[in-house]
Amino acid sequence: MAVATGNSFASRFGVHIAVLVFVAIWTIPTLGILVSSLRDKDQIVASGWWNSFASSSQTEAGRLPPASTQKEKDGKFVLEGNIFGDGAKRNISAFGVKAAAPTQYPAGTSADLGDGVTLQVNADGSFVMASPKAFEGDRGQRLYYASSAPPKFTTENYDTVLFSEGIGRSFMNSLTVTIPATVIPILIAAFAAYALAWMRFPGRALLIAVIIGLLVVPLQMSLIPLLKLYNNVGAFFGVPSKTYLGIWLAHTGFGLPFAIYLLRSYIAGLPREIMESARIDGASDFEIFVKIVLPLSFPVLASFAIFQFLWVWNDLLVAMVFLGTAPDQIVLTAKLNALLGSRGGNWEILTTSAFITIIVPLIVFFSLQRYFVRGLLAGSVKGG
Amino acid sequence: MAAQIFSAIFVIIIGVGGCVAYFWGANKLLDLTFPSRGVSGTAAINNLRRQGLVRPWLFVGPALIILTIYLIYPVIATLWLSFLDRGGTSFVGLANYEWALRDPDLRRSILNNLFWLAVVPAACTFLGLIIAVLTDKIWWGTIAKSLIFLPLAISFVGASVIWKFIYEYRGEGQVQIGLLNAIIQHFGGQPQVWISLPFWNNFFLMIILIWIQTGFAMVILSSALRGIPEETLEAAVIDGANPFQIFWKIMVPQIWGTIAVVWTTITILVLKVFDIVLTMTNGQWNSQVLANLMFDWMFRGGGDFGRGATIAIIIMIAVIPIMVWNIRQANKETGGH
Repeated sequence: MAVATGNSFASRFGVHIAVLVFVAIWTIPTLGILVSSLRDKDQIVASGWWNSFASSSQTEAGRLPPASTQKEKDGKFVLEGNIFGDGAKRNISAFGVKAAAPTQYPAGTSADLGDGVTLQVNADGSFVMASPKAFEGDRGQRLYYASSAPPKFTTENYDTVLFSEGIGRSFMNSLTVTIPATVIPILIAAFAAYALAWMRFPGRALLIAVIIGLLVVPLQMSLIPLLKLYNNVGAFFGVPSKTYLGIWLAHTGFGLPFAIYLLRSYIAGLPREIMESARIDGASDFEIFVKIVLPLSFPVLASFAIFQFLWVWNDLLVAMVFLGTAPDQIVLTAKLNALLGSRGGNWEILTTSAFITIIVPLIVFFSLQRYFVRGLLAGSVKGG
Repeated sequence: MAAQIFSAIFVIIIGVGGCVAYFWGANKLLDLTFPSRGVSGTAAINNLRRQGLVRPWLFVGPALIILTIYLIYPVIATLWLSFLDRGGTSFVGLANYEWALRDPDLRRSILNNLFWLAVVPAACTFLGLIIAVLTDKIWWGTIAKSLIFLPLAISFVGASVIWKFIYEYRGEGQVQIGLLNAIIQHFGGQPQVWISLPFWNNFFLMIILIWIQTGFAMVILSSALRGIPEETLEAAVIDGANPFQIFWKIMVPQIWGTIAVVWTTITILVLKVFDIVLTMTNGQWNSQVLANLMFDWMFRGGGDFGRGATIAIIIMIAVIPIMVWNIRQANKETGGH
């Protein structure tokens, strides 16, 4: 490939820049939810996540306390206090008393509001309002101010989401669905793949063709009949129709064509000599499969397991049809979809939940990328 | 919850143990029924032949049963259901298909699916190819590829949340927390509610799938590009071809078969696209697609299985040409084996 490279420095520089741009577009979206999930929830709405390391500033409105809290001091009527109450760590940069000019006066200066009334708001939020006449009315003076807060990162969102929003429970549900649905098909597919690769029997070519055909059959074709079947079976035995057993079997069924296809093409490529010498030594097909084929097929079994794991973990459609939405059954993807409806604007909850749902696939992906790519290359007929 | 974990572990043990027991037991039983050892020569040969007839079916049996229940039977049943009424009880002939021809939602969905088909496979393949070629030339190409590949591991729902955050809209003049609107506002443009913009919102949903699938196209095409013989490229350089000519006239034709595979794979995925539309718009603002419409009909007002099945058949019809092509391709490759 090196020969295709342009020779000039400029064209090589251009390639680096172009790839950098692609990498940026492909990573920044994910980075956005990771950063946001760690931010304070008030700051998420106050500034874009790309500004999260800068102080977030916002303009707010408030009211000073009513006239009843005034004190008389040196012949003047004074209202004193702190607009943040206690504990808040925000800095006021400017304030004002009109909505049209919310930052008319810099913090720390004394504003003349007319009739001898003065108002001073300091950077820390403390204020003094003084007047020669007594204040009246039970509604305090309207106050606008621009304040900024230092960047604040927290794991609070994770606490909230995992333990009060039900994501923790859904995480367990997803694991409950995924692990059996990944393990069960492997052995079933491996035996079938061996038979289709190395045993001669009538109808074999047809079976292979059927399996390749089934690879691309849309899941949608299966949903309604299976839903009816599950309802009937449930009604007949007087058990619920939405069960973990049901979804394990469904994922097994939907994963089998790809499993058999992938495993068969790998097993068919194993060296013929090994099989034949084992056969001459008197080994049966069963022994050849267990002692030779299975150990040699480890890489492809791992590839399939990763695929199936990611596919089942990330699935929404099958889970929505064959599992309930009660807390004891709802999986992460379905839960995240429900949160999008009920918590549409709460980005601290959505970004955190989304990050929790993608963290497991990302770990699997990064640690086992080699097998994943191998499976992808071998089985790129399947549509996901 | 403890009970749930326990039952999951229990199922794994039962499932795997059951499989092992079945294969081992069935095999043993066959050996005992038709013994090949300790019997006379001809009997042994006959029994071996009988074993050879039965054993393949023992091996493929479980897979065949599951495939029949979960895929083969449903395909036939769906076809049958598309001629039945909403409850799936009485025959209504072609009424569902007549409805399909007239229903504006369905027409909109087909139209949108066609948009998706026109844009997403082409965009993924093209971007994947470009990135594969570019990353091959630089020392940090592997890292770049892994990062671009990463969204493939993310669920469609997760990706939808990620992009919904990018498309987030705040009123004009407010602080934009969505990246896209922030950029637009920074350059003096008008912030927009991207996912409800008529027509264009489809493209904003497609971007999500393109973002996910480009990595797939890139990996497959990158490996195909490596298969191009070095001499071919060297010869082209010696003949004075420039990089663009090499790309279009040498590389692309050489990997044409792989491009077709990538294209069809993504096409099938696009036909089934569901999660993204459900989570982003649920088909509102003219963004409905077939798979989401079908899901809607399955459960809307107690569900209309006849119409749902009809929509599934429409998706299936679109897939059939690819299916036939795949089978032909596979027959050619495997040949006698």
